[in-house]
Amino acid sequence: MWKSLHIDPAKCTGCLQCEMACSYEHTGVINPAKSRIKIFDFEHEGRKVPYTCTQCTEAWCLNACPVDAIRVDLSTGAKVVDEDICVGCKVCTIACPFGTINYNQDTGKVQKCDLCGDNPACATACPTGAITYVNADWTGLDRMRQWAARANTAVAVE
Amino acid sequence: MGWNKKVLRVDLTAGTCTSEPLNMEWANDYLGSRGLATKYLVEETDPTVDPLSPGNKMIMSTGPLTGTMASTGGRYTVVTKGPLTGAIACSNSGGFFGAEMKFAGWDMIIFEGRSPKPVYLFVENDKAELRDASQLWGKTCWETEEAIKRDHHDPQIRVSSIGRAGENQVLFACVVNDLHRAAGRSGVGAVMGSKNLKAVALRGTKGVSGIRDFGEFLKVTTEKKKVLADNAVTGQGLPTYGTQVLMNVINEMGALPTRNHKDVAFEDASKISAEAMHEKRETDGKAQLVTNAACFGCTIACGRISAIDKTHFTVVNNPKYWGASGGLEYEAAWALGAANGVGDIEALQYANLLCNEDGMDPISFGATVGAVMELYEMGVLTKEQIGIDAPFGSAEALARFTEMTARGEGFGKEIGLGSKRLCEKYGHPELSMSVKGQEFPAYDARGIQGMGLTYATSNRGACHLRSYTVASEVLGIPVKTDPLVTEGKPELVKAFQDATAVFDAAGICVFTSFAWTLADVQPQIAAACEGDWSMDKLNDVGERIWTMERQYNLAAGFTRKDDDLPARLKTEAAKTGPAKGLVSGIDRMIPEYYQVRGWTPEGVPTRETLERLGL
Repeated sequence: MWKSLHIDPAKCTGCLQCEMACSYEHTGVINPAKSRIKIFDFEHEGRKVPYTCTQCTEAWCLNACPVDAIRVDLSTGAKVVDEDICVGCKVCTIACPFGTINYNQDTGKVQKCDLCGDNPACATACPTGAITYVNADWTGLDRMRQWAARANTAVAVE
Repeated sequence: MGWNKKVLRVDLTAGTCTSEPLNMEWANDYLGSRGLATKYLVEETDPTVDPLSPGNKMIMSTGPLTGTMASTGGRYTVVTKGPLTGAIACSNSGGFFGAEMKFAGWDMIIFEGRSPKPVYLFVENDKAELRDASQLWGKTCWETEEAIKRDHHDPQIRVSSIGRAGENQVLFACVVNDLHRAAGRSGVGAVMGSKNLKAVALRGTKGVSGIRDFGEFLKVTTEKKKVLADNAVTGQGLPTYGTQVLMNVINEMGALPTRNHKDVAFEDASKISAEAMHEKRETDGKAQLVTNAACFGCTIACGRISAIDKTHFTVVNNPKYWGASGGLEYEAAWALGAANGVGDIEALQYANLLCNEDGMDPISFGATVGAVMELYEMGVLTKEQIGIDAPFGSAEALARFTEMTARGEGFGKEIGLGSKRLCEKYGHPELSMSVKGQEFPAYDARGIQGMGLTYATSNRGACHLRSYTVASEVLGIPVKTDPLVTEGKPELVKAFQDATAVFDAAGICVFTSFAWTLADVQPQIAAACEGDWSMDKLNDVGERIWTMERQYNLAAGFTRKDDDLPARLKTEAAKTGPAKGLVSGIDRMIPEYYQVRGWTPEGVPTRETLERLGL
């Protein structure tokens, strides 16, 4: 069973623990500038939104890569960049409709979320449950439950 | 490690930026942030210097836990000699600016001299340069932050700046970062303004790599986050209600200073409380509170993001204030509200927005307005002099005074002097509710006796954050003490003062201390930093920082008589509530406090005390 990162922006406080955890997991340095998940602060609306790769099935980045440096990790479904093959051409960054694969000047390669080999550091670090790692088939389960709770089912009392 | 071991020295007179190694001997004795920056100031400046002259320095400093996943590890401190007080000034702030300084590779930035023209410092990792700020001068903190991000085409830059209050050298001007976090007290923003330094803009992409034992650090910081999450105050009260959770609590115990400390309870407290911020308004059906928010690395998230009522008279014609923004926090709601008898929560949020926008400390500002309203009611100040009728409770006067002070217009220039100078000027020095020239925060020294001693002995003038004995006297953390008695308070205050100095020096938020004791912080520091960071050592570090600050103030000319409260709190008993009939027992507590500290009856640290602390 594959799992997906599930993001609930309403729970995000903007603390950036996820960005610290992601960058440390991948680079050994606490460095939000190199995080693969980003928190966007729409300050005038009071909204904070975590955003990262959703691991598309037909991944634009993977299809665009001219050297086949992006492969599917069959154990997780993550689209993973093989840094030994990546030539840093950045075509994938143009192809991705969501902007979630980016070039890293320090390595000369692109980087994106790889689900940390099935144990995403961001989800572990999130203190509020805004980022969770759930069954990929049921990312909508919580929201369905919320709406289900509002369904007006008459219950016979007598 | 924990430190980057690198200091950026900015000579504003010469216009140069140079890198130098951090003095690791001092880091070992003073840890970081508040402690380490004060050590630099003490070593490099004359304590008798005019705070607004080029001879004063201003230091922005992080701690070893700043920029790490230790919960709340995002804080930085601005240390300088304060123009409001003439004492050591040390104001700390959250937001994201402090962590960015670490990510850019620096521990500390020292500003010295005075630039011949307005400049801002731009730092991108190792690169640091002063840039022309003539186009930014006259702009608010909000406009400045936006303009810098736009000009550099980089929304990820973090900015700390002064608004018009700092430019005009309002004596309680603050330094504002990330739109609504502030190094708030003692007028550090006026010092920045005196140096013609408009802003500091940082971009750091190097990150923090110098953690002594990363495995241990991750393990222990994760454990300690759980302690915060499981605690009723840090896990529930603060995230849900923010610091405003205290408004009704403190009011009910008769310790909410009201109308310039004439009263100890405010009849409209519930209208300006956390609960009121959650209530839907009649006008638009929306609550003032939009959401809570965290500073960098904070797993508590006490910050308030609110939206003002668009139909309120203060903003009905001014859409720029309609969006979500910071506030109200307890101290601001008290100082702008109860201290002036104003129970209109939308007017308080308006005044709070202006304080953030132009960089003013809402505590000192609000408390000064309280003194003005009392002088007005006494007939000492007239409408002709101040431009508006200003009885206690006037939301219109509060709003107008905030605009005038932020912009440096008319009577606002006099409010900008703070209550001590203003009350002296009009012949009533006794009406300034301050210590060492700095206004009280939101706890009455008659109803919470330990806070009276906290205010009287605080090295930066009246302040609640130097030893928050409210935790013990009101909330029972770590042990419950009786708020109405003076017995045991000198020991309690000393213990809080020394421990708090370590929290501040580490780069974490003092609000963690609702759940953490120093024993929870110690393993986090020890995992991050090389060297011995035992409890014994940290206790010494805290006491050393406190005593060093004291020594600075003594050298600046302060004496025993400055460790005192205004006569009102010593002679006018509380009229209502549990403290009814009580005055502050400060005169009993001070001699005992000096004794507990190992100071002479004149409040001077003895040779033995100094030697014990290596001072």
